[in-house]
Amino acid sequence: MVTIHPKLSNELSQTVVSSTKSVKLKIKRSNPNVNSDEKFDEFVVPIEKWTTVLDSLLDVKSYLDHSVGIRYSCRQASCGSCGMKINGKLGLACFTKISELDSDTVTVEPMDNYPVVRDLVVNFDRMINNHKKIMPYVIREDSEIDAESGVREFLQSPKNVEKYIQFSNCIKCGLCNSACPTMAMDKSFVGPQALAQAYRYIADDRDKGKNKRLKIIDESHGIWRCHFAGSCSQVCPKGVDPAMGIQLLRGYLLGIRD
Amino acid sequence: MERETGAREGLKGWLHPGKIGKFGIERLAWLLMRLTGLGLLAYFIGHIYETSHILDGKAVWDKSLEMTQTTEGHLFLALVIGMCVFHTGNGIRLLIAQMGYGIGKAERPDYPYKPQSINMKGKACIYATLGMAALAMWYGMAVMFT
Ligand code: HEM
Ligand code: SF4
Ligand code: FES
Repeated sequence: MVTIHPKLSNELSQTVVSSTKSVKLKIKRSNPNVNSDEKFDEFVVPIEKWTTVLDSLLDVKSYLDHSVGIRYSCRQASCGSCGMKINGKLGLACFTKISELDSDTVTVEPMDNYPVVRDLVVNFDRMINNHKKIMPYVIREDSEIDAESGVREFLQSPKNVEKYIQFSNCIKCGLCNSACPTMAMDKSFVGPQALAQAYRYIADDRDKGKNKRLKIIDESHGIWRCHFAGSCSQVCPKGVDPAMGIQLLRGYLLGIRD
Repeated sequence: MERETGAREGLKGWLHPGKIGKFGIERLAWLLMRLTGLGLLAYFIGHIYETSHILDGKAVWDKSLEMTQTTEGHLFLALVIGMCVFHTGNGIRLLIAQMGYGIGKAERPDYPYKPQSINMKGKACIYATLGMAALAMWYGMAVMFT
């Protein structure tokens, strides 16, 4: 059944500013904790030039069906919560303008290669665990707490920041892991998100954990399962380019870089 | 605990044609690399078996050669030629890229965030490799069918 937004229905059009355009929003619904049913619910929602997919989903939740399950927070491509499949393409709902999709129908589905929690929300346990596994922090023997002077900082030059700043842009949205063909088959693969972060810390010259991290990723479901299909980099909304990080990371293990 | 069902796409994530439209020519190259690698492996095993007939004398050897002297045999060999050329050419591209060359340099990302590792050099290599494979198949067929 198609539910029409009140802003678009005639009775209300005098009281609310009516939008000139509308799209059909098809939302994939499922609740694996209850049963294995999957269906699409359709809603007609008003859009403006600036309306994002997340705006429309929130519109649906406010006016038409508050039971739609979505995860979001920042609404500005910073928190990494709202990754989903939009007309088949992976992207952040808050970073995708409907007017730019050039389609009268917008279909939203949960990301592939993650267990679905409900509707558009997927479970990130595996990604977070792999992220933790590569030790995503500066590893040092000494401490930033100094006995004599109190607190000091590990200094970093602007020149060296440039070597890893690209990779520190990662917001853990998980889109790269969803796009990766190895993730589609290998339940133990560490994944592009974590590998790119391994590179981020190794390329940071304050860090002394290179050997530890290389050991973690140099295993049978580690870095060598990447075959450079490049799909992770195609979908990353933050310019991290995980595929680049992974190939650069290989350089350390192949002895090309030290 | 969430159910694990649906947590992985499986083979559909590899073979679904829509994936190539969504993820680009690099994804096609990735798929063809796997398929041609496996195809060549199968051919290699078959080839060892076929050529081992030489130990059984000239008559058996000649008979086994006849297998590929048919139209289907010629088409099959043309496919092997194509797989060989694509796999080798793309393999060289991958060896270079996976050593970290030709994939750009890390820098401060800026909107619209074009990934540097997915670049024209790589795409040109893939198209050139596909073209060479097609050319080699065409030449092979021209030789075999005359
Ligand atoms: C000069 C010739 C060759 C070159 C340069 C080459 C190169 C490569 C490279 C670089 C890969 C890894 C691709 C990746 O990272 O995904 C690969 C995979 C593979 N190759 Fe080759 N190869 C050659 C010949 C062969 C031959 C003759 C066979 C079979 C007998 C073969 C069978 C395979 C298989 C089964 C794979 C695994 C498929 C995959 O991982 O996608 N290759 N080859
Ligand atoms: S690398 Fe990009 S796509 Fe992957 S989790 Fe980080 S921000 Fe998302
Ligand atoms: S809501 Fe934070 S990234 Fe989309």
